[in-house]
Amino acid sequence: MSRVIYFDNNATTNVAPEVFEAMKPFLTDLYGNPSSMHTFGGQVEKHIRYSREAIAALLGCDSSEIVFTGCGTESDNTAIKGVLAAYPEKRKIITTRVEHPAVLTTCRELQNQGYRLIELGVDKYGQIALDELKAQVDDDTALVTIMYANNETGVIFPIDKIAEIVKAKDVVFHTDAVQAVGKIPLNLNNSNIDLLSLSGHKFHAPKGVGVLYIRKGTRISPFIVGGHQEKSRRAGTENVAGIVALGKAAEIAAKSIREENTKVKKLRDKLENAILKSCPGSMLNGDKINRLPNTTNISFEFIEGEAILLLLDQFGICASSGSACTSGALEPSHVMRAMGVPFTAAHGSIRFSLSTYNTEEEVDFVIEKMPIIVNRLRELSPFVES
Amino acid sequence: MWDYNKKVMEYFLHPKNAGEVENPDGIGEEGSLACGDMLKLTFKLDKNGKIADVKFKTFGCASAIASASIMTEMVKGLTIEEAEKITNKDIVDKLGGLPEQKMHCSVMGMEALQAAIANYRTGKGKPAKKAEGKIVCTCFGVTDKEIEKVIIENDIETVEQVTNYCKAGGGCGSCRGEIQQIIDKIRGKKGKGTEVHTHPKKLTNLQKIQLIQRTISEQVRPLLKAHGGDIDLIDVEGSKVIVAFRGMCSQCPTAEFTMKDVVEGRLKEFVSKDIVVEEQSE
Repeated sequence: MSRVIYFDNNATTNVAPEVFEAMKPFLTDLYGNPSSMHTFGGQVEKHIRYSREAIAALLGCDSSEIVFTGCGTESDNTAIKGVLAAYPEKRKIITTRVEHPAVLTTCRELQNQGYRLIELGVDKYGQIALDELKAQVDDDTALVTIMYANNETGVIFPIDKIAEIVKAKDVVFHTDAVQAVGKIPLNLNNSNIDLLSLSGHKFHAPKGVGVLYIRKGTRISPFIVGGHQEKSRRAGTENVAGIVALGKAAEIAAKSIREENTKVKKLRDKLENAILKSCPGSMLNGDKINRLPNTTNISFEFIEGEAILLLLDQFGICASSGSACTSGALEPSHVMRAMGVPFTAAHGSIRFSLSTYNTEEEVDFVIEKMPIIVNRLRELSPFVES
Repeated sequence: MWDYNKKVMEYFLHPKNAGEVENPDGIGEEGSLACGDMLKLTFKLDKNGKIADVKFKTFGCASAIASASIMTEMVKGLTIEEAEKITNKDIVDKLGGLPEQKMHCSVMGMEALQAAIANYRTGKGKPAKKAEGKIVCTCFGVTDKEIEKVIIENDIETVEQVTNYCKAGGGCGSCRGEIQQIIDKIRGKKGKGTEVHTHPKKLTNLQKIQLIQRTISEQVRPLLKAHGGDIDLIDVEGSKVIVAFRGMCSQCPTAEFTMKDVVEGRLKEFVSKDIVVEEQSE
């Protein structure tokens, strides 16, 4: 394959070269099991500890509160099902309509098993009404789970305020922070977040490793049982190489978070402004202010997302879409629908998500190609007069 | 990523006959913005009654554009009677295949062609009459006649296939049972659709509550969710089932008459004839 311009970093990221170097020995020479009594295995344990500490430093929490999992989805499932199991007398879950399927599908499955599920709606900027949340949290509520930042639009919820509201009613609060970690600074010590999910491959670690942060004292039952690992909070032999990689990635993220909010943000803004200007009938989806620095979601009226993506692909440009056709579903993204984006635009929504590895030259290339692609598809569209 | 073959990609990247024919003899439109794809077909006949010029405009994905484009090539030079015989399967075959979930694109091509022919017959400029039949899938506006047609022409066996070919059942999903019945009718067997209608003989309280819960989850909630609402099962007291409506349907002034009746109807049908539904009082 020739040149690739990778603007799909909310889907996954490249493994940083330093991260790859750090994990390599644990796939070759240092293959021991950290639970073993012999030195050969046991020496691996301290590397898991270093990793745990690096992640705790990035999140601003204690390393004993970090539990390694297999992925972000597992962290979400553990948090939701684990808390419900720990509070069997409570029957209500509160979430939002714009969550990632890892949370939303899990909650809806529980609803079908008899739990009461409240899905808070969002306004056209993708924000929830805090009053509505406040009114819903009651004695019967076992868990409130609300994402930190939206994967499709990058919209950031006021998580600290939300956590405060939930805490005031003495209810457990979980946040899916898969898109936020590594992109915006977090400090869990100063927050009321009880549980937080993150995923390694969203910030330059490999796929197959995640974390669930569990605040000390939070009541939660394990999701995967059958071993003493992670203090019996998550059984199963540790993915040592993945965990070491995640630690290294956290170390890098702590340093590069400033760059995310300066260099990457500047590139994103340049891309967004140029496209909105050069493509008539385009509009920004989401909250322009409270947003991840790397994400932009733009709708192009009267044309369809999959067709746009395939034409971008012809130029080696990688992005994604909330269009129905790209997923095999028949309806456009639940996030676009929840925000009330009209159908004329929802099917033509494109997400560009950047990282520190992107360059201004790449941004310029996409800026040059985008109007050509849009015009080409508009010529075919029955909604546009020729 | 979809596994499109070279021919599909070729017709998507370099579509033939894109645009609109001037002063057309027939105009056909199929699909809508809400559904995520739409096709407008225009054609003109020569003095021998053969299709001399035909063009398309498509809002849709690569397979929708490719299906429309190759179809225009297929019908050029045919008489109306010949063109009318083209099925969605002919379009798929000509393309060398489409991913299973994209079959509805070829059906849209065929339907736009038929709409254009109907338009030609009813007279220039008049919009073609929508297909006959009863709406089965309210999310995508698909009728029983349309579903029957794709089942017969494509030798369809499952509800999932019906969804792939004509979208029916792909929204809230509450019509899937009805689609299964249409399949069973055409394929001439007694299927699941009729089985669930027989009342269970004797239920323990626990079994009854579970069946009520399942009926609400499978038969009622998808319908409400499609309209922005939701339902909670609050309690069961003997044959009295207490529920709460939320979202759009709870504010709907007719909710008490409509939604309560729908829930009660379904529960009477699937659980027990003596069930009464009550809305939770605040």
